[in-house]
Amino acid sequence: MTGPIASSQSPISVRELTGRRLARFRSGDVLVLIAFLMLAAIVICALIPATLAPYPPNQQEITLRLLPPGWMSRGDSAHLLGTDQLGRDLLSRVIHGARISLIVGLSALAISGIIGVAIGLLAGYYRGWLDDWIMRLADVQLAIPYVLLAIAIIAVIGPSNVNVVLVLTVNGWVVYARLARGQALSLREREFIQAYRALGARDWRIVLQHILPNLLSAVIVVASLELAGIITLESSLSFLGLGIQPPTVSWGYMLADGRTYLLGGAWWVVTFPGLAITATILSINVLADWLRDVLDPRLKI
Amino acid sequence: MREPPLLQVEDLRVEFPTPKGSVRAADGVSFRVWPGEIVGLVGESGCGKSVTTLALLRLVRLPGRISSGRILFKGSDVLMLPEPEMRLLRGGEMAMIFQNPMTALDPVFTVGDQIAEVFQAHPNLRTGDVRTAAAAILERVRIPNAKAQVNAYPHQFSGGMAQRVMIGMGVAGRPSLLIADEPTTALDVSVQAQILDLLRAIRTELHTAIIFITHDLAITAQLCDRIVVMYAGQVVESSSTRDLFHAPRHPYTRGLLDSMPRLGQKRARFAQIPGQPPDLGALPVGCRFAPRCPRAEARCRAEEPMLTPSGDAREVRCHFPLEAP
Repeated sequence: MTGPIASSQSPISVRELTGRRLARFRSGDVLVLIAFLMLAAIVICALIPATLAPYPPNQQEITLRLLPPGWMSRGDSAHLLGTDQLGRDLLSRVIHGARISLIVGLSALAISGIIGVAIGLLAGYYRGWLDDWIMRLADVQLAIPYVLLAIAIIAVIGPSNVNVVLVLTVNGWVVYARLARGQALSLREREFIQAYRALGARDWRIVLQHILPNLLSAVIVVASLELAGIITLESSLSFLGLGIQPPTVSWGYMLADGRTYLLGGAWWVVTFPGLAITATILSINVLADWLRDVLDPRLKI
Repeated sequence: MREPPLLQVEDLRVEFPTPKGSVRAADGVSFRVWPGEIVGLVGESGCGKSVTTLALLRLVRLPGRISSGRILFKGSDVLMLPEPEMRLLRGGEMAMIFQNPMTALDPVFTVGDQIAEVFQAHPNLRTGDVRTAAAAILERVRIPNAKAQVNAYPHQFSGGMAQRVMIGMGVAGRPSLLIADEPTTALDVSVQAQILDLLRAIRTELHTAIIFITHDLAITAQLCDRIVVMYAGQVVESSSTRDLFHAPRHPYTRGLLDSMPRLGQKRARFAQIPGQPPDLGALPVGCRFAPRCPRAEARCRAEEPMLTPSGDAREVRCHFPLEAP
């Protein structure tokens, strides 16, 4: 490029560049804010569903079955999102469904996270046969499709709300174990770990006090990304009838329940629980990305 | 010398298994350290300095192992101690500080918390409040404003200050022996001088013996009472600093001294020792230095020399040691 052209173009392109960067920055920020508000609303729904919902979730009004949403011509403004095939208020059910999704998601996340990190730490720090066995087990488990595994386990122990958490935990620990093992492997070779050994620190103290806190930020980032996956998985299990059992309201089960009426034109029965799932997962993912950038910009996951 | 030695290493061997067979990173290392003495451990990279000192604390990493030898510390064999007692010895009577102070401190904790770790491992050391004790340690290593610095994180410290903290943690247990693995290599020269001053002061105040690992002979000349020179996993010469610099007996030591720059020197190139240290997995027959030695003769290539006493408290591993000039 020749001199004059370059100099005449550069101010414009610089302004363009900064403008675009600012716009991108802002839109990203707005996105995070929206995601945050959305998730906050979902959490509030999960905390006080009975206060927010206009009707009890399982109250049937068979004369008002398959009522379209309130804004449509045949709709009833008392049932804003319409009703399902048994005349239950969809808004109330969507609000109540938030609770079980978050409870199951968070507890499965916590249990699989704690178990996975503990196992990964031991494997990574002590190496040897323990490491070999645990990691082979993890490899084997990763080779089995998770829905298949879930169906097999549920078939044996039977479907129940607690068993859903169990299945999700069995599926989830591997990610944390591998992450924690990798981090522990690299951390144990760091000089400060050796320095603590030379100062006479016990093994368990090195693991708990120095290796664990150093890998925690990576675990938090992965956990936040995993949460969306766990909720999706819970919804899929419930959709298949292997997950949350009625009368507990779950979005996945609502999808399964309503899909037969889709062809009859009652699109709202499946659309609103589906939207709720999408909104939850989308907002969690956006926030998780943001959290990753904030906590550990170097981390690439 | 007047007292029994504090540390007596005899015929220490550390082996690492490799696909090509076992490699001896330390092969029959013997040396002694007397109380309150600063001993320089000198040699090229990979000659076994660090492995030897890690073996003193039994911290050689797997798959490496100490295959034979004795380490007598205050009269008892370190290699025979049960692990709980060994753990109390580390950071208690025998402490170690490392090369890179910025990576030798845990980045997620404050300096004070890390010093408190020493008291966790050695509850008997603590007198009174942990914070006060930690501040006292920072004061001992001359960190200004110690009371406030207790709450600082390692990244807020310069390399020199971080190394002071490491030294402080090392000497918290008033050890009889402090092992310093190249503690000044990562620091610039003026900070290096301060750290050396600090080590000297600690020796005087606590009567701590120090093993100072380095490949910088200039530092040993300033700091050390005696020097142990290692080559290819063996001690090749040990002597008082003065004698070593004035009249090296081993050709390798001589080569090292000749390759140091001197003030006012007009030569365009430094003298150098030709060749490379031998591969520990494929050692030459006879003397390990023979392939690079200007004085090597047939005997050197056939028969391995022993570490033999030579003159006043000196030892040298050479069939044809150099005479005094």
